Amino acid sequence: MFKGKFIDNLPKIYGLYTGGFLVFIILMAIAEQAGMTAKTIGILFVAFTVCIYAIIGYLSRTVQVDAYYVAGRQVPTVFNGMATAADWMSGASFVAMAGGIYFGGYTYMAFLIGWTGGYVLVSSLLAPYLRKFGCYTVPDFIGTRYGGNLARFCAVVVLALASFTYVTAQINATGTIASRALGIPFELGVWVGLVSILLCSMLGGMRAVTWTQVAQYIVLIIAYLIPIFWMSNKNGMGFFPHFMLGEEVARLGELEAQFGLVKNAAADVKAAGVPGGLKSIALPHAGVPDGAMAAWKFISLVICMMVGTASLPHILMRYFTTPSVKAARKSVAWSLFFIALLYTSAPMLATLSKLQLMDPNLATGIIGKPIADVMQIEWVNSWMNVKQAFIADFNGDGVLQLNEWFMRGDVVVLATPEVAGLPYVISGLVAAGGMAAAMSTADGLILAIANALSHDVYYKIIDPKADVRKRLLVARALLVIIGAAGAYIASMRITSILGAVAWAFDFAMSGLFFPLILGVWWKRATRQGAIAGMITGLASGTAYLIYVYPKFMGNPAWLGIDHLRFGIIGASVCLVVMVVVSLMTPEPDSATQKMVDEVRVPSGKTILGKQH
Amino acid sequence: MSNKEKHWEKTKGLMILTLAIWFFFGYVVFMFGSSLNTASFLGYPLAYYMCAQGSIIAFVILIFWFANRQEKIDEEFGFTEREGDD
Repeated sequence: MFKGKFIDNLPKIYGLYTGGFLVFIILMAIAEQAGMTAKTIGILFVAFTVCIYAIIGYLSRTVQVDAYYVAGRQVPTVFNGMATAADWMSGASFVAMAGGIYFGGYTYMAFLIGWTGGYVLVSSLLAPYLRKFGCYTVPDFIGTRYGGNLARFCAVVVLALASFTYVTAQINATGTIASRALGIPFELGVWVGLVSILLCSMLGGMRAVTWTQVAQYIVLIIAYLIPIFWMSNKNGMGFFPHFMLGEEVARLGELEAQFGLVKNAAADVKAAGVPGGLKSIALPHAGVPDGAMAAWKFISLVICMMVGTASLPHILMRYFTTPSVKAARKSVAWSLFFIALLYTSAPMLATLSKLQLMDPNLATGIIGKPIADVMQIEWVNSWMNVKQAFIADFNGDGVLQLNEWFMRGDVVVLATPEVAGLPYVISGLVAAGGMAAAMSTADGLILAIANALSHDVYYKIIDPKADVRKRLLVARALLVIIGAAGAYIASMRITSILGAVAWAFDFAMSGLFFPLILGVWWKRATRQGAIAGMITGLASGTAYLIYVYPKFMGNPAWLGIDHLRFGIIGASVCLVVMVVVSLMTPEPDSATQKMVDEVRVPSGKTILGKQH
Repeated sequence: MSNKEKHWEKTKGLMILTLAIWFFFGYVVFMFGSSLNTASFLGYPLAYYMCAQGSIIAFVILIFWFANRQEKIDEEFGFTEREGDD
């Protein structure tokens, strides 16, 4: 049945896999009818999918350097697109995004634009040129283009800081989902999550991560779309929700006017004993806030997320794995296509989920009903028990008002199937999808850090004579150490999922964006300029974050640039310093200039050899 | 101008055009969010729609279009990659 090379059989293999997964869902649905408990279904969903990823990880084991670092540069365009989409869509995208829109409405949707538009920068400014360069890691490009170990090392520092901030959030998400689905404490769930993540990447590096990420994308997209279509069709709101929810969005506006959007005073919330991190709906769903400042806040967030996207090493390194420069460009397009399938669905999920809760005409609506009745509902009870939902009767009338219902943003996606009264098999599916999203991103990030440390720091700086066996051994040991450090920090629960994710973008854009693009687009950029830019960019961005973040110094934000947007400061400083210092230092030698010319032409050999 | 320089001029031109379209859908549209929202598309308020789907779909089409155009430019100057180049 499988003749020829593995790569030629990919569509068949993943087609079978998708079919197998759908059959598994149907079997679970039958088992639920036959009386299997919700808990067993949840465990089976998570365990089954994680086992499949582990098997793929094992089958993709390798002892070759280029297979370990860049999957042998033979990943076909469309599959690399799927892998990038899984790499990209994190626990935050899957679990927290619809929840963010649920509470933040239009203003939160700046993240949707920022997290998609960045790919235009990746395709037109970076991906094809980095692919032509033939590097294994992002610091590999900086180190070779600008020359010298210091430039390489600075790039490793920025990469490690940005990726590590991001990875703790992902391990945190795997822990949350594993603990809920398997019924174990969060602290243990974090370590179970880590072991699952390492099973996918340890033996095969980039090759194993690529093929598990494709499998994870398939699971996560099925898990995200089924509940949306189901809810929409069940309630007769539209056969294809994405194009047919106009009335529902308008209805939400009516309901907001009817119930009133009340922002609770912080003192009232505290006095009522609402657990930390829970929110009530206080912002309009589709309404745009007036004024230039509101527009600037929206746009500045978009800038940070877009520029950050184009600087995040775990994404850029996915385009090193394509067979050609042409394929790298096309692959960016496919990546965004697969990402858009989920991102355009998130607002629809938020709309449907909110309506289920708010509309008194629907059987599932709870707003405006007597609190005593609402407390009897099973899902309300179970989420209240774990302090993820809360009711505070501020006006004491015994009826649930919109501002009296509190929920954690992160649980909206996980709770929606129960809220809408869908069978438990859907909840199990959603848990497996969330787990896939968080695992695939964590894998990409841990691998990016470990590869930079093993290739750029260990092999290029410390021990350039190391043989292949030793290099790969170091790479794997670092993978475990970094993963363990991430899991340890995640188990201490320092920031919420979202705060940390946005910071990773800001760190990356502060230190890496301009050194990367100017390396290709400006021949005059010098080593001194790049080093000075990376150091001052990262330092000024970090200093501003400390200055403005409420838990550190908490000063008022300058021009609305708060702790989610500190990259604007860092990247601007980086650009100015890099240009000024470059112009003050002698221009790069002719060999470097020739190299840049060579990078700009798609045909011909890569700059760095196949094995380096 | 050498062949390489001409190729780079055209590549730069395409990059600037691509980023101009990107800037329109990523920023210009949302500078006028509150006035756009009075219009509607498919029954959705327009600014909400652009945010939820419109701009995202525009980005996807833009990148596919860019990749095709760049391939044409590479072909024109004889820089198309052959099998086994690296």
